Amino acid sequence: MLTLTSPVDTPLHRLRAGHKLGALAVFTFGLFWVSAPLVLSVALLVVAGLYLAAGRRFSLHGLHMLRPLWPFVVVVALWHLWLKDPASGATIIMRMVTAVAAANLVTMTTRLSDMIGVLERLARPLAPVLPPRRLALAIALVIRFIPVLSERAAQLAQAWRARSGKAPRWRLFAPVALAALDDAETAAEALRARGGAG
Amino acid sequence: MERSLTHIALFAALIAVLGLVPRVDLAAGVPITAQSLGIMLCGTVLGAKRGALAVLLFLLLVALGLPLLSGGRGGLGVFVGPSAGFLIGFPVAAFVAGWVMERTTLPAFWAAAAGAVIGGIGVLYVFGITGMAIVLDKTMSEAALLGLAFLPGDVIKAVVAGLVTQAIARARPAALLARA
Repeated sequence: MLTLTSPVDTPLHRLRAGHKLGALAVFTFGLFWVSAPLVLSVALLVVAGLYLAAGRRFSLHGLHMLRPLWPFVVVVALWHLWLKDPASGATIIMRMVTAVAAANLVTMTTRLSDMIGVLERLARPLAPVLPPRRLALAIALVIRFIPVLSERAAQLAQAWRARSGKAPRWRLFAPVALAALDDAETAAEALRARGGAG
Repeated sequence: MERSLTHIALFAALIAVLGLVPRVDLAAGVPITAQSLGIMLCGTVLGAKRGALAVLLFLLLVALGLPLLSGGRGGLGVFVGPSAGFLIGFPVAAFVAGWVMERTTLPAFWAAAAGAVIGGIGVLYVFGITGMAIVLDKTMSEAALLGLAFLPGDVIKAVVAGLVTQAIARARPAALLARA
């Protein structure tokens, strides 16, 4: 399955995942305490600079990932123009875009395996309640079963159309949920037969 | 043990699949994504604890960088954006929906629909609206106004969650872990 890690190799890819996440946490925390427009615009420029330094394709991909924010940007902009207070509107928008863009930057430059490595280290204190092997197995099961279930959903939709000629709409959800329940039972039996989930 | 684990994992996958389904037309002209239906079903089918764990597992995969949220969103950015409150509220919503399902003796449809409304709308909106108020720096009532846009779709989804849970209660009574 595709992850959101960018295929464009950047110097940021080579930094340790733990360091990037730590820096991101500090940066984001700081961002929500600062309201000086000057500081926020510097932060935004720094993040934009990091994107641009990685090249055109990487920057466009980054812009694409910010797309879900546009409705909120428009609403806040109109709201504050109407209040005749554009300065605080600009502050809110800059802070929001910078925080999301910085977090996306870490996601785009960190491989899934490295992220899972950090997760394993963070989850170590939880080991008595949640054995690391069980967490890893759960993650692997989800990743494996997403394509299986969506294939099943597509087949059920086709079968429905073959019978009725109409789109199944909400009637598809119950059989898909039943398929998930049946797969869960079968997978549990298979795990038990192979020595259990540990 | 294995049964709990595979149910949690499969329902985490189900939430993702319902988000991938590109805009199911629930009723004519009402295109909505079914992801929050998945959250409701986790609670009403698996029960409070397993349902919340399934949602947490799903969010964990999103945070690790898989594009599993509706519209192919994912990664760490979504947890600091204006919709972050909804994401944080997802596991709580599933827990409350499951709790209602477990603690009432109503028929499956009514219990599940009530759970989905209380958890998947009532509780979820408190988190979501608080999140929007913080990120967009608005008062709670101003943020609530923005949240209202999602209300009609979510009411429909709560009814569908009731219907799906009822269908499962009839087809596989033993598999409805919330009532097992």
